[in-house]
Amino acid sequence: MTIALVLGGIALPLASGLAAVALARRPAAAQAAACLLLCAGAALAIAASVAVLLTGEAAVSVRLALRLDAVSAIFLLAISLVSGLGAIYGTRYHSQAEHGAAAVRLQIFYGLAVGGMALLVAASNAIVFLVGWEVMALANFFLVLTEHEKREVQGAAFLYLASTHVGTLALFAVFALLRHAAGSFDFAAMEGVRAGGVLGARVFALALLGFGLKAGLMPLHYWLPPAHAAAPSHVSALMSGVVVKTGIYGILRVTGFFDAPPQWWGVVLLAAGGTSAVLGVAFALAQHDVKRLLAYHTVENVGIIALGAGLALLGRARGAPALVLLGFAGAGLHVVNHAVFKSLLFYGAGVIQHATGTREMDRLGGLARRLPVTAALFTVGAAAISGLPPLNGFASEWLVYLGFLEALRSPAGDLVAFAAVGAPVLALVGGLAAACFAKVVGVVFLGNARTAEAERAHEAPRAMLAPMAVLALACAAIGLAPAALLPPLARAAAAWSRSDPRLLAAPALRAGTSASLVSLVALALLLLAAALWAWRRRHLAAAGRAAPVDTWGCGFTAPTARIQYTSSSFAELLLGRFSWAVRPRGHAVRLEGPFPAAATFHTSVPDPVLDLALVPIARAYGWIASRMRVLYLQRLIQFQMLLILATLVAVLAWGFVW
Amino acid sequence: MLLRTLFHLAALLALPPLVVGLVNRTKAVVAGRKGPPLLQAYFDLAKLLRKGAVYSRTTSWVFRAGPVVGLAAIASAGLLLAMGGAPALVSFGGDFVLFAYLLGLARFVTALAALDTGSPFEGMGAAREVTFASLAEPALFLCLLVLARATGTLSLSGMLGPALPGAWGEAAPALVLAAIGLFVVALAENSRIPVDDPNTHLELTMIHEVMVLDHGGPDLAFILYGASLKLFLFGAILSRLVLGHAGGGLASEALFFLGILLFAVGVGLVESVMARFRMVRVPQLLVGASVISAFALVLLLR
Repeated sequence: MTIALVLGGIALPLASGLAAVALARRPAAAQAAACLLLCAGAALAIAASVAVLLTGEAAVSVRLALRLDAVSAIFLLAISLVSGLGAIYGTRYHSQAEHGAAAVRLQIFYGLAVGGMALLVAASNAIVFLVGWEVMALANFFLVLTEHEKREVQGAAFLYLASTHVGTLALFAVFALLRHAAGSFDFAAMEGVRAGGVLGARVFALALLGFGLKAGLMPLHYWLPPAHAAAPSHVSALMSGVVVKTGIYGILRVTGFFDAPPQWWGVVLLAAGGTSAVLGVAFALAQHDVKRLLAYHTVENVGIIALGAGLALLGRARGAPALVLLGFAGAGLHVVNHAVFKSLLFYGAGVIQHATGTREMDRLGGLARRLPVTAALFTVGAAAISGLPPLNGFASEWLVYLGFLEALRSPAGDLVAFAAVGAPVLALVGGLAAACFAKVVGVVFLGNARTAEAERAHEAPRAMLAPMAVLALACAAIGLAPAALLPPLARAAAAWSRSDPRLLAAPALRAGTSASLVSLVALALLLLAAALWAWRRRHLAAAGRAAPVDTWGCGFTAPTARIQYTSSSFAELLLGRFSWAVRPRGHAVRLEGPFPAAATFHTSVPDPVLDLALVPIARAYGWIASRMRVLYLQRLIQFQMLLILATLVAVLAWGFVW
Repeated sequence: MLLRTLFHLAALLALPPLVVGLVNRTKAVVAGRKGPPLLQAYFDLAKLLRKGAVYSRTTSWVFRAGPVVGLAAIASAGLLLAMGGAPALVSFGGDFVLFAYLLGLARFVTALAALDTGSPFEGMGAAREVTFASLAEPALFLCLLVLARATGTLSLSGMLGPALPGAWGEAAPALVLAAIGLFVVALAENSRIPVDDPNTHLELTMIHEVMVLDHGGPDLAFILYGASLKLFLFGAILSRLVLGHAGGGLASEALFFLGILLFAVGVGLVESVMARFRMVRVPQLLVGASVISAFALVLLLR
């Protein structure tokens, strides 16, 4: 029964784009139909995931090679929620009536990407998994390319395409190796493979490369900021919110096959997660394009998820069920949470771009008065992604903290060392994220408008605000009642680690009790704030409110909007701490001579992996290749023969040595 | 038991302004001044609460929400705090994470309210505050991890509870280092010398004070009261950490409030004998506090 729902959840999105084509004569109806199909599919998939998470029983179809267990259900839930709301948002953000063929293309590939993702998380066979993976990856390429006439979009899309193919190549190797060990492409056969020896190490390393590229773990994140910034906002939300999570899903799935993963897997994942989290947020701080900033925050949040997953792996290597439960629950909940608040923030960024025509934060300001609803919803998302209580980001980060604290209590010294590094790293990341989002909300929505475009901004239509409101409500609901989510998360942790659910029950119960006390304090916070607000309101009504005045300028009486702190000046002090990694470059045209030309100044932050490593290497390779081409063009047949011979010798040598 | 809880709650709500008065009195005595009355902070609050409010026309609802949410967050963090000889009202494993993040929420909304005014000075203050706070956060967590590891418990009440005397017996050096680290964090989080000067009159050099320049009336009262509450919270943790809780009887109550008094005097003495650091030196101080507490944690690894 449930498997029929899953099938609907895969098939309806895949087909949804057809509606946009079939009804192309009546664009509004066509888009509504496509959106309806996609939302229907999402609803079916959500129903299936909830059923699986509540019962803990997997929905299986052997003939179709589909299997939705609790681990997959977490991911399918996030995918369906974000894709459905994104489709609704897209009806106004990128309407078919306005964009015509571009909107049709977008809807076709949006549906394909969603269907591909649903297929890959529900697949129980490596071939089916890879089919879903490639459908998703290629559809995403076309989604990034929606505004293909822009040069930077072309560059971002090509970079994405090259990276995703490198990843897929690694995945082919992963599943070929697993097929070799298990004798079948079925995931069921792969379960229980022994992790020791060269095979396990190779599979893990390749999986980390292939899936890590999709997930955007540092240093494999380089393609992510340009691609996510170039796509239309609801596509960015899909890519940042859920597509990167398929990389996490892959890492979890593949490590789940092995019976006793060695400890170093967990350590590597913890190290990668910590690096991604700290550097992701540091680079985010340096951005002034709001969508690029959000994309770097995805790198940070994937790092937090990897920290949780690393703890869970460590727990399996050590036979510590509490560590498995808390690490996995933290990672799993953060997968959903990040999907929720990152989509909310990207939708907000889309509204900003829609309203003002720019994504440059330093050209905005004061939008809270022009776009009050968007400002409120965006602020909720900003507080949630900063991990502040009483919202959902706190709940999942807190579970990861609990995992580190569990490690702290163990008698073994090395586990304590992980806790001693991990928990402060998480604290630093939390502080930096809060600083970064204080900057975003402050510079974009608060203060005075810096430009005329910001002055003229208008609130978004309801079809764009409603999905944001749903997501903001989800942020609050998960944050206020995290205890209710622990039983399903414990089921997923048991399914992933293939351990006895009873072993995980005790730590899950303890965490659940604590989580309900978190809710209690959160409730006290809300009540107290409401009481204070109400008292002040009554008091001010009685005491009389003076007429509004100008902001106190500390004696300066001719302020302009341009004296406000900008995103760069706000982050400058903090970035000084990260000058070893983040080096903004300034480009200035100075005033010179008695009749100077217009002066300009702008800064950009080169990405260390892309701009300082990959691009120079690619240039050098291109240079060598062009030299070689000269030799071909001169028809040096001997030279070609020599190359062929050299290749043959190299292949033979490879064969003999291995 | 209920009576005692009520007493602690009342003390938590009533005493914080007195701590500020004690700090100021200490500074006055060291400087040879007579100083304002001990209860001056209460008089100020009463005056401000009676006043109306003036709002800048640049501001939005965010500016009005800042003081309210900030005070509510700090006060709810107080629910997690063990006072006197009793455990906290609410206590669970990992509650200190919530404690730290509630203080983070207060800082976040205060910074947003500052940015809402559109004043460059307040933007500057907000930038400084979030910068120093995010550097203080790892130090705070390292200190609390030391306590958790030394006592083998994960809640604030447990860490500062019956297991603490035993931990002092076994790991005194680590706990001393953690207490030093925590004191530095307390100075930084509460905008005290040597990080920030609560008495400065030059906006360019302020951190916390400049963020609240535009608040007045009840809003300013909420902010001042919240700041004193936060100072009290850190004083309470340090008091329990250093003096222990003496079995939980009446003596432990006296010991606890003596500890708070000593904390206030200590803060006042630091403010009297030191000048504030240059802004660029502050991160070094905070990283230093992290290093001290990390070293304390290393002492506990065996």
